[in-house]
Amino acid sequence: MRARPLPAWVDVGLLPVVNLVLAFCVSGLIALAVGVDPRDAVRIMLEGAFGSAEAIGYTLYYATNFIFTGLAVALSFHAGLFNIGGEGQAALGGLGVGLVALACDRILPAPLLIPLAVAAAALFGAGWAAIPGWLQAYRGSHIVVTTIMFNFIAASLMVFLLVNVLIAPGSMSPESRAFAASARLPFLHELFAGLGVALAPSPLNLSAGLAALCCVAVWLLLFRTPWGVELRTMGHNPSAALYAGIDTKRMTVIVLCLSGALAGCVGVNEILGVQHRLILDFAAGCGFGGIAVSLMGRNHPVGVVLASLLFGGLVQGGAELSFAMPSVTRDMVVVIQGLVILFSGALANLARPWLEAGFARLGRVAPDGAG
Amino acid sequence: MAPPPAIELRAISKSFGAVQANRDVSLAVAAGSFAGIVGENGAGKSTLMSILYGLHAADSGDILIDGKPVRLRSARDAIRHGIGMVHQHFMLIETLSVLENVVLGAEGGAVLRPALRAARRALELLAREVGLEIEPDALVGALPIGAQQRVEILKALYRGARILILDEPTGVLTPQETDRLFEILKALQARGMTIILITPQLREIMAATDTVHVMRQGRMVARRDTASTSRAALAELMVGRKVRLALDKAAARPGAPVLVAQGLGLRDHQGIARLDGIDLALRAGEIVGIAGVSGNGQSELLELLAGMRAPTTGKIAISMRTIDATHPADPAELRGLGVAHVPEDRLRYGLIEPFEARETAMLGYQRRAPFSRRGLLDRAAMTRQCGALMERYDIRPPLPRLRSAGFSGGNQQKLILAREIAPAPRVLLAGQPTRGVDIGAIESIHRRLVALRDQGCAILVVSAELDEILALADRIIVMAGGRIVGEVAAERADPGTIGLMMAHVWPAPGASPAPSQAP
Repeated sequence: MRARPLPAWVDVGLLPVVNLVLAFCVSGLIALAVGVDPRDAVRIMLEGAFGSAEAIGYTLYYATNFIFTGLAVALSFHAGLFNIGGEGQAALGGLGVGLVALACDRILPAPLLIPLAVAAAALFGAGWAAIPGWLQAYRGSHIVVTTIMFNFIAASLMVFLLVNVLIAPGSMSPESRAFAASARLPFLHELFAGLGVALAPSPLNLSAGLAALCCVAVWLLLFRTPWGVELRTMGHNPSAALYAGIDTKRMTVIVLCLSGALAGCVGVNEILGVQHRLILDFAAGCGFGGIAVSLMGRNHPVGVVLASLLFGGLVQGGAELSFAMPSVTRDMVVVIQGLVILFSGALANLARPWLEAGFARLGRVAPDGAG
Repeated sequence: MAPPPAIELRAISKSFGAVQANRDVSLAVAAGSFAGIVGENGAGKSTLMSILYGLHAADSGDILIDGKPVRLRSARDAIRHGIGMVHQHFMLIETLSVLENVVLGAEGGAVLRPALRAARRALELLAREVGLEIEPDALVGALPIGAQQRVEILKALYRGARILILDEPTGVLTPQETDRLFEILKALQARGMTIILITPQLREIMAATDTVHVMRQGRMVARRDTASTSRAALAELMVGRKVRLALDKAAARPGAPVLVAQGLGLRDHQGIARLDGIDLALRAGEIVGIAGVSGNGQSELLELLAGMRAPTTGKIAISMRTIDATHPADPAELRGLGVAHVPEDRLRYGLIEPFEARETAMLGYQRRAPFSRRGLLDRAAMTRQCGALMERYDIRPPLPRLRSAGFSGGNQQKLILAREIAPAPRVLLAGQPTRGVDIGAIESIHRRLVALRDQGCAILVVSAELDEILALADRIIVMAGGRIVGEVAAERADPGTIGLMMAHVWPAPGASPAPSQAP
């Protein structure tokens, strides 16, 4: 016997918060075990992530990456496709940015070069995702397997290119030469300084605006276009998609391309926005983080933004924590992130029966009209 | 004193929500006999067997095995009482060997090896005695379907089954495999096994069983000795002869053919012919009804005509377009040609349960005006259109933003029908147009269909309800075994003749059209 469904606000609002609290409780126990007062740890993390303008800048910069990869997972998830290749697609996006910047940064001015580099990021990410998409649609290879394998191929490809081809002459580390000034996305503190507003310097750059645009675009596409209806139809009920005359193979390839393009934009934030040269492993796990972000954000663009802020805050606050408390290493921070992912992903419905029972009891006392 | 029946069910009732799947069903099967249960899809056969196998708990009623009352709370209980079941969809693990599948769940200890050794001996014994020969070390996934089914039977026997239930075992088999299966079942019966066979195929019932039990709409309506009944009589019992629904309609004035199918054939992915040599012409302004025991190719025919599958042989001509194996059409193209389709299985094809009603109300037409304008959805127009359909078809509750799953089956069906009639199609393919719809709504749906016919639409109705076909159709085509076995003008149709034609299941080539039977 299944309890009646929870009110919407509990489902999308309360449940994720409960999951988060559970994750932090377990993290607190671990902190105790290594001899750290969890209350201090929480205070340092919160201050480190949101306590100053600079901290917020860093948090938003990390969140930008998660928005791109979170949207990538969310979009494909609505179509019933689980793209876990964000890491590799992000790497290829960075490669696209790097190639355009290295080829053109001495020829083209910034207003031409930057759109070109952004387009290259999207195109390279899309192209990298298109192969697993095509293989799933026309050859039946499951994308969960192929996209994750493509992450490894992407990583190896990047190592090969940076060690053998794109490495700066005379350099000992596998990275390209620095881009010229025309191939740099302005930092937000620079932009605001131009307007006469002083902001603390941080890596936050114009990519955050691109991420916001992507959120709106994904939302429009999913919920305001006939194509979005077809995409969600395929995700919910492939038989009905067949009945409605939707070409699910073509749809699969296109959705993977769009998803890859979104993940590829991580390259814009990292390479064009911050590093200003092509380096290895710049995605730093945000491709996988995007899965958790999307799960936690219920695959909705607004939810993705909120979850990205949380994950951005965790990365930034965690860095501060390991800096302030020598007994907390960076690995501890990864453990906390892992717990958040565990409780909001794999154990997302852990608290659901309790909440359902609780609300059923409430409902008997005061029947609400929400159902 | 006669021994008690191997299985006795007394007054079993079971409902799922509002649907009463079994009402007051009683059944007795003598030990060592071969019983058949027949009935149309949805008559409650599978539910009854699930109760007997402990998968569902009955709401009321008793189960007796060898005369002793038992409570079956799970399949484990059923197995302990000597009941084995071969499911319609095999419960096998394709990457394990035959032997491993057989012992799976019955290992009898933490160490696998003794169980495997015992199973190997048991398999050898069965191979000698029953002719159930199968290579014990073959991977199940590499075996043909018929052999996989024999593994299922072995599984049941290995667990000590004395009573074997087979749920529509022949649906996936070729005729040769079917013959082989019945040889094995006969051999098992000769060794004292009690066998219960569920099937829609009357030929199998007549060929193999001792007694046959007929279910209809959740009730057990008849028990017959197979030797003293006939296919025709059984078909009539299965479909039921009810009061003919009254429907005022003028005589049809058929116009030119709108959709013409020639020599349509369909083989499924296992190479079994599902349709064979179907010739059909739908003319403007007439309703053609397809009668037949469900599962005889009607669903496949609808899917072909709607573009959801491509025919293996033959062609379909509509307007200037000819569709065949090398030039398939998808449903979107056919909608563009004016072919609307009310799918038989509305939950699977017709709607998307979590979507709002207004989204379901445009499924398949989402790219057309007024729903789509300049690439964006016009949500106000969607709400308006859905609201208008809800008012015209009396769909309740009239809330365009309610989740599609929130409507009753009848209202979902009306919404789908309204959606498909709204664009004034030239051809309407209606599969089970009134399944699960209450009596009042049936009448209004029938009137809509007749009105659409009078506007010049060609309508094809497939229905499991013979009465519906008789009430609606101007021309009745009878299908059996994937072929058209006859055609009757509506004014000359009577349930008796049609029942006889429907009973003509899997006709042998060159056989007489219908077996003559004493009434």
